Amino acid sequence: MINKHVADVKEALKGVSNGMTLMLGGFGLCGIPENAISELVYMDVKELTCISNNAGVDDFGLGLLLQKHQIKKMISSYVGENDEFERQMLSGELDVELIPQGTLAERCRAAQAGFPAIYTPAGYGTEVAEGKETREFDGKMYVLEKAFKADFSFVKAWKGDATGNLIFKGTARNFNPNMCGAATITVAEVEELVPVGALDPNQIHIPGIFVQRIFQGKDYEKRIEKRTLRQKS
Amino acid sequence: MLDKNGIAKRIAKEVQNGYYVNLGIGIPTLVANFVRDDIEVEFQSENGVLGMGPFPFEGEEDADLINAGKQTITTLDGASFFDSATSFSMIRGQHVHLTILGAMEVAENGDIANWKIPGYMVKGMGGAMDLVASAENIIVAMMHTNKKGDSKLLKRCSLPLTGVACVKKIVTNLAVLEVTKDGFKLLERAPGISVETIQQSTEGQLIVECVVPEMKL
Repeated sequence: MINKHVADVKEALKGVSNGMTLMLGGFGLCGIPENAISELVYMDVKELTCISNNAGVDDFGLGLLLQKHQIKKMISSYVGENDEFERQMLSGELDVELIPQGTLAERCRAAQAGFPAIYTPAGYGTEVAEGKETREFDGKMYVLEKAFKADFSFVKAWKGDATGNLIFKGTARNFNPNMCGAATITVAEVEELVPVGALDPNQIHIPGIFVQRIFQGKDYEKRIEKRTLRQKS
Repeated sequence: MLDKNGIAKRIAKEVQNGYYVNLGIGIPTLVANFVRDDIEVEFQSENGVLGMGPFPFEGEEDADLINAGKQTITTLDGASFFDSATSFSMIRGQHVHLTILGAMEVAENGDIANWKIPGYMVKGMGGAMDLVASAENIIVAMMHTNKKGDSKLLKRCSLPLTGVACVKKIVTNLAVLEVTKDGFKLLERAPGISVETIQQSTEGQLIVECVVPEMKL
């Protein structure tokens, strides 16, 4: 077994520096790497390019990095829940590249899988396709989208072991598996680090080969963005 | 004139047995409440769940279980979770049978705009561009006119496009329309709404053939 276990978030984020491109898992606030984000705030690294489906809310998730103006550029599909984000974008302080959600996922997966680019029908004929190569296959038009290149990928899993094997829970899975192995270094934080051998190999979602560092996360807030309930009748 | 629930109720009649359905945010989400209970349908949410159930009861909500609108949800027996790439494989690969989504504008050739008002509203397209570029069957749920009273069914969209020539059917508070090569074909009128009213509220080419029946809800 190859041991990827590191003592804490500080050791896990060693090497992160100004100007780097980072991938961060999560959909809204669901399944975000809370510990890594807190540490990025503490380290005060700047000029970051962040690839993440959303940009958090004003006071949580990536919103914490935006508050401190640590992000130079965001690559996301939907950023609707964050007023500070909108302010920085409209004022030109923040560079924003909005791309289709499936394209975002596939550009991560392409990086993970060793494809330089993929063709997708999403965005053809819209401003998303401007300046990009297009091509027809069987009568339908597609846009060439390149694999991401990132320095670090921060993902959050439910359970993991020291070899880097990961299991996700519910819809907290989202982009996390697609970002594993998609950057030079993948850092996984887990709610529960279990002994090697405790996870059933049949149930592993991400094999440890895609993960370089893993640590036991702590103090998860797991905030709910839109608590929506059904009335008992 | 229909309200939002009325629009959802009419669209629910388009949902057929055995369908996998993706519902957008807003009126489309309401469609799930009106699907006949004698047919088998599974709802897909692009953040990674198939077999979505109703909202949870108080105390049963789970931060790790949300829909694409970030609302807490439950799952039904037979549900599954998956990553985002797999989710969009279902969508792009046309395994999802029906996509229902909202729009700011639809053009008579089936173009749709629903993600951006330049300089004003910049929230992003989320999964909408993938959905409209791939789905075989797209129904738009929207009001016939905007808050200013201007038609949302246009000759050409004025806002940045989400997708080109992709919308097949539109259900509004006034009518059910099909997108044809010649324009918006009027299929049904909302209860109590005249063809003239629909004509006045439609900027794009409206095609009226024979007698247009009232919707049955």
